[in-house]
Amino acid sequence: MDAVVGKFGIGQPVRRVEDQRFITGKGRFVDDVTLPQQAYGVLVMSPHGHATIKSINTKAALAAEGVLCILTAKDLADEKIGMLIPAMPEDFGAPKGYRASRPLLAADRARCVGDRIAFVVAETEELARSAAELVEVDYAPLPAVVTVEQAVAKDAQKIYDDNPGNIAFIMAMGNKEKTDEVFAKAKHVVKLKINNNRVSANSIETRAANADYAAESDSFTLYTTSQNPHGTRSQIAGQVFKIPETRLRVISPDVGGGFGMKGSVYPEDALVMVASRRISRPVKWTSTRAEALLGDAHGRDQVVTGELAFDDSGKILGIRAHSMHAVGSHVTAAAFAISMFSVKLLSGVYDIPAGFIFAQAVLTNTSPMAPYRGAGRPEATYLVERLIERAAVILKMDPIALRMKNFVPKSKMPYTNTSGIVYDSGDFAHVTQECLKLADYDGFKKRRAESKKNGKLRGWGLAYFVEEAAIFNDRMDLRFDPSGQVTILAGTHSHGQGHATVYAQMVSEWLGVPFENIRFIQGDTNEVPMGRGTYGSRSMMVGGNALKNAADQIVEKAKPMAARMLEAAAGDLEFKDGKFKVVGTDKAIELTNVAKAFYAPMFLPKDVGVGLESAGTFAAEPPCYPNGCHTCEIEIDTQTGVIALVRYTAVDDVGKVMNHLLAEGQVHGGIAQGMGQALMEHIVYDNSGQLLSGSFMDYAMPRAEDIPDLGGEFAEVPSTTNPLGVKGCGEAGATGAPPAIMAALLDALKPYGIEEFDMPATPQRVWAALNKASVKAA
Amino acid sequence: MKPAAFAYAKAHSIEHAVELLGKHDGEARLLAGGQSLIASLNMRLASPPMLVDINDIAGLDRIDMTDGHVLIGAMARHADVERSSIIAKHAPLISRAMPHIAHAAIRNRGTIGGSLAYADPAAELPACMVALGAKLEIAGLQGRRVVAAEDFFKGMFETALGPNDMLVAVHVPAATAQTRVGFEELARRHGDYAIVGLAAAAQVAGAKLSDVRLVYFSVGDAPVRARGAESAIAAGDIDGAAAALSKDLLPTADLESSAEVKLHLAGVLLRRVVRQLQEARA
Ligand SMILES: Cc1cc2nc3c(=O)[nH]c(=O)nc-3n(C[C@H](O)[C@H](O)[C@H](O)COP(=O)(O)OP(=O)(O)OC[C@H]3O[C@@H](n4cnc5c(N)ncnc54)[C@H](O)[C@@H]3O)c2cc1C
Repeated sequence: MDAVVGKFGIGQPVRRVEDQRFITGKGRFVDDVTLPQQAYGVLVMSPHGHATIKSINTKAALAAEGVLCILTAKDLADEKIGMLIPAMPEDFGAPKGYRASRPLLAADRARCVGDRIAFVVAETEELARSAAELVEVDYAPLPAVVTVEQAVAKDAQKIYDDNPGNIAFIMAMGNKEKTDEVFAKAKHVVKLKINNNRVSANSIETRAANADYAAESDSFTLYTTSQNPHGTRSQIAGQVFKIPETRLRVISPDVGGGFGMKGSVYPEDALVMVASRRISRPVKWTSTRAEALLGDAHGRDQVVTGELAFDDSGKILGIRAHSMHAVGSHVTAAAFAISMFSVKLLSGVYDIPAGFIFAQAVLTNTSPMAPYRGAGRPEATYLVERLIERAAVILKMDPIALRMKNFVPKSKMPYTNTSGIVYDSGDFAHVTQECLKLADYDGFKKRRAESKKNGKLRGWGLAYFVEEAAIFNDRMDLRFDPSGQVTILAGTHSHGQGHATVYAQMVSEWLGVPFENIRFIQGDTNEVPMGRGTYGSRSMMVGGNALKNAADQIVEKAKPMAARMLEAAAGDLEFKDGKFKVVGTDKAIELTNVAKAFYAPMFLPKDVGVGLESAGTFAAEPPCYPNGCHTCEIEIDTQTGVIALVRYTAVDDVGKVMNHLLAEGQVHGGIAQGMGQALMEHIVYDNSGQLLSGSFMDYAMPRAEDIPDLGGEFAEVPSTTNPLGVKGCGEAGATGAPPAIMAALLDALKPYGIEEFDMPATPQRVWAALNKASVKAA
Repeated sequence: MKPAAFAYAKAHSIEHAVELLGKHDGEARLLAGGQSLIASLNMRLASPPMLVDINDIAGLDRIDMTDGHVLIGAMARHADVERSSIIAKHAPLISRAMPHIAHAAIRNRGTIGGSLAYADPAAELPACMVALGAKLEIAGLQGRRVVAAEDFFKGMFETALGPNDMLVAVHVPAATAQTRVGFEELARRHGDYAIVGLAAAAQVAGAKLSDVRLVYFSVGDAPVRARGAESAIAAGDIDGAAAALSKDLLPTADLESSAEVKLHLAGVLLRRVVRQLQEARA
C-alpha cells in the first residue's frame, strides 16, 4: 500500500516520521550516549550451567591496566543492594510459589550459563574485557537440569536447595470435575504432547545501560534500552537501592526492538548504577551479540499435553491440558504473564462447554524467561490448533469444516470461554471465509499437482487464533505551548512500532493541529509524568484511548475560553475540524488560536490557570480480543527436506485500524518471527547447561528471501471494550504463523504417514522423518 | 571495540609484509578483508600481538589471464571475482560458487586469499581450487614457492602456509571447450556456510566424461575428493558413484545434521552436479 502524501488523518497509511532519522543513522540509542568521563563495564558470566562458586579472586584483574573498580556479590552486600523481585501469581490470589528473585551478581551459586558473577569497570571497553579475563572464579560444577521434564523428574537436582521439585509456581483455570466428566463420556478423545521450542528475541539493538550518578544530589540518571522506563525506575529505586523515585531518572531514548525481552529490569541496569556511584563517573555497559544470546531472557520453551473430547458429529465437548513452562534460573518480573495468558486462552476460538488447564512454571538451569511476542498466547493457540488438526485426521473430517462447526458463532458474542474470559466481539467464520477467498483455497489442489510434477510435496495449513491484548491502565498527556502547537507526552514506549507517527495522526485529526507541528515525547521519567511502557499489544488500546481522553479534555477546557473569544455562550459552541463554531453562524475560531490565549502574560480570566494541557487516562478493563485467520502453503524437496514457505495469507481482525501501514508492518514482522520459530529458530542447551546455539552461525532467523509476499487484509470488527474500537495487533503474526505453518507441514507429510512434528521443522529433521517413514514403508 | 590490544602495521609490498611477519616469530597475522579475522579477535578467540595490513599492496587484487592460466591476486575481493568477466569465461566454476559465499556486504570486503588461507572446511573456494587443479603461489622468508591446491589444504583451518608465509595469488588452469563444471550446495539459508557442498570439474570427450574431479566440502576437515565416485562417473556409472560415496566420505555430525543425513545429501548433490557436468556448455 502506498503512503498518501498530504493526508494525515486516522486510518491513513502515513509513512513513519521516525524512518528518516533511523535510516540515515541519526537515531540516538543508549550506546550512542557517551558522557564526559565515561567509563565502561563488562560482565564476568558463568561458563557453567550449574555450579557452586567456591571463591572469586579479583586481585590480578584489579591490578590490570585501566581498571577502575570490580563488583562482586560481596560488594553489593556491603552496600545493601537489593535483588530484582518478580511479581508472582500469589500476589493476585493464587497458591504460594517459590519466588526465585534475581541477585545482581551471584554469590555462591551460578544457576545458568551467563549468570552474572562480577562486573569489571575500566577506562575503555577493551581494557575492561581484558581485565574481566583475569577474574579468577573457582567453580565446583553441579549436575544441571536443562529441560522442564528433567527439572520435575523424581529426585531431580535442586536448583534452589529449599525448593525440591523445582516448581516456581502453578496456575489452574476452568472446571476440572465437569471437564473430566465430559471426557469420560466422550465418543472420541484426541491427545497430543507438544514442545514449544525455546527462542531468543534477538532485537537488532542489543541491550545497553549507562548510569550517571550525581553526588551533589545523591541521585542517578540511567539510560537503558527498556520498553518500560517508568517501571524500571520503580523496580530499581524500590527494590534495589530502596530510594525515593525522585532520585532516579530513567531515559530510554530510541530503542531498537524489544519483543518483551526488554520489558524487565536486568542486573546490568543496576550494576552500572552501583559502579557509577562508586567511582563517581558515568559507567556504560553494552551487550555483545554473543552476550545477548547468552544473557537475554528467552521465550516459549513449553511442554504441554492436551486433549480434546468430541461427540459423534465432530462437536467439541471439552478440552483439558497440563502444561509446563520453563522459567529458567530465576523468575523475571513479568514471567507469570506467559503462563497466565496460555491458561486464559486454552479453548481458543471454539465454543467448548467444558475445559480445564493446569500449568506449572518450572525452574531450569537456563537463561530466565520473559514474555516474548505473544507471551503465552502463541502457546495456547499452538496447542488448540494442533489438536484441531490432529482431530480432523482422526475423525476423518476436513479441518476447515471441523473449525466451522466449532467456532464461537458471532451470535454468541460476548462469549465466556472455558477459563472464564469474555470475548467481546469477533466473527471467526466470516474472517475464515474471507481468508480462504484471498488465499485462493480452491486453487490449492491444482498448485499441489503442479508441485508434484516438480518433485515437491505441497501442503496447506490454516490456523485461527484469538488473543487477549492490552493490560493495565496508562496515561497520555497533551500540552499546548504559547505558539498554539501541541506536544504528546506518552506513557507508552515505542521501540519500533511508530507511535510518533500514529499518535500524531490521531491528535491532528481530533484537534486540528497540523501533523508536522505535533511533537512527541516518550521514554524519559523526568518529562513524561507517568507511564507503563509498551508490551502485550497494549499501546493503541490503552495509550490510544488515553490520548482520546486527553484530547476530549482539551476541547472541554478550551471551550469556555473560545466562548469568551467568540463572545458567545459555551453552550452554543460546537467543536469540529479543529475549530469552535457558534452553531448556526459562520463565527469560528481555531483551537490552536484558543490555546495561545491560555498563555497570555496578564489578564487571564480568574478561573483559568496558565497553560492548556490535559492528562488522559484509560484502563484495559476489560481488555480486547484480536483474532485472525492465517493460511499458508509450503513446498518440501523430498530429497533434501528443504522447506519453502511459498504462499501466506492472513486476515486479521485487529478492530479499527489507525494506520494501515504500521498495522501491516506489525503483522508482517510477527509472521516473520512466527515463521522463524516454526522453521528455524531454536535455543539449544546440552545436558550440562552449555548453550550450543550461542551465535548467529548456530541460531538461524529468517531472511527476506525466506519469506514470500504476504497477502491478506484486515477485517475491522470494532472492539466494544474501548471508545476507539481498536484491538492490539503486535502479536498476531507471531501467534498465527507457527500453527499455520506446522499444519501445512503435516498436510504435506500426510502421504508418508507422519502425524506429529515439533518445531523447528528444519530440513534435517524433515528429511530424517521422511527417510524413517519411507524405510518403514519399504 | 571488543578485541584485546594489538599493534598494527601497513605493508607496502609483499616482501615488506613477509618481513613484518618474520619480526614477530610467526605470531603476527595478515589482515586481508578482515571478515573472519576481526570476528575472531572480537570474540577473543585470537589475540595476535600485531596485524599486518595487506590491503594497500599495489597489484595484489589483480585478475588476469597469463599463458593459459587465470591469475587471481590474493587481495581480489569476492565481489570483484564474482563480477569478473575473465573468471566467468575462463574459470566458470568460481563464478558459480561465488553467490553462495556469505552475503553481499561480506563479499564486498572478503578476499580470495583470506578464504583460502583461512581454510574453513565449510568454505566453497578451497573445494573449487582442488576441483580446478589450481596452484597457490606463496611468498615466505625464503622466497616464492608454488603448491598444488590438493597439497595446500591440510586440515581444519590448516594449510601449507607457514607462520611467516603469505599467499600471493592463485593460478587456475583456464577452461577449454571440453571443460565442464558443476556446483551445488545445501545451506540452512542462502549465504550460510554449507551443510554439504560439491564442486566439480571434468572434461568431455564425446558422450563420456574424463578427468572427473568431485570435491566435497563441509564433510570433513578439508576439501575431500570423492575418488571412488570420480572413477564411477568416468565409467558412466552414476549409481555406482553414489554407492561409492559411503567409502569416499566420512562426514561428521554437527549441531543440525547427523553423519547419515550428510552422506545422503552428498548423494543428492552428486546426481544434481553430474547432471550439470553432462549439460552442454552454455
Ligand atoms: C557472516 C559470515 C558468513 C560467511 N559465510 C561464508 C561462506 O558461506 N562461505 C565462505 O567461504 N566464507 C564465508 N565467510 C567468510 C568470508 O568469506 C571471509 O571473507 C573469508 O573467510 C576470509 O577472507 P578475508 O579476506 O576477510 O580474510 P581475513 O579475515 O582478513 O583473514 C582470515 C585469515 O586468513 C589470513 N590471511 C588473509 N589473507 C592472507 C594471505 N594473503 N596470506 C596468508 N594468510 C592470509 C589472516 O591472517 C587470517 O588468519 C563468511 C563470513 C561471515 C562473517
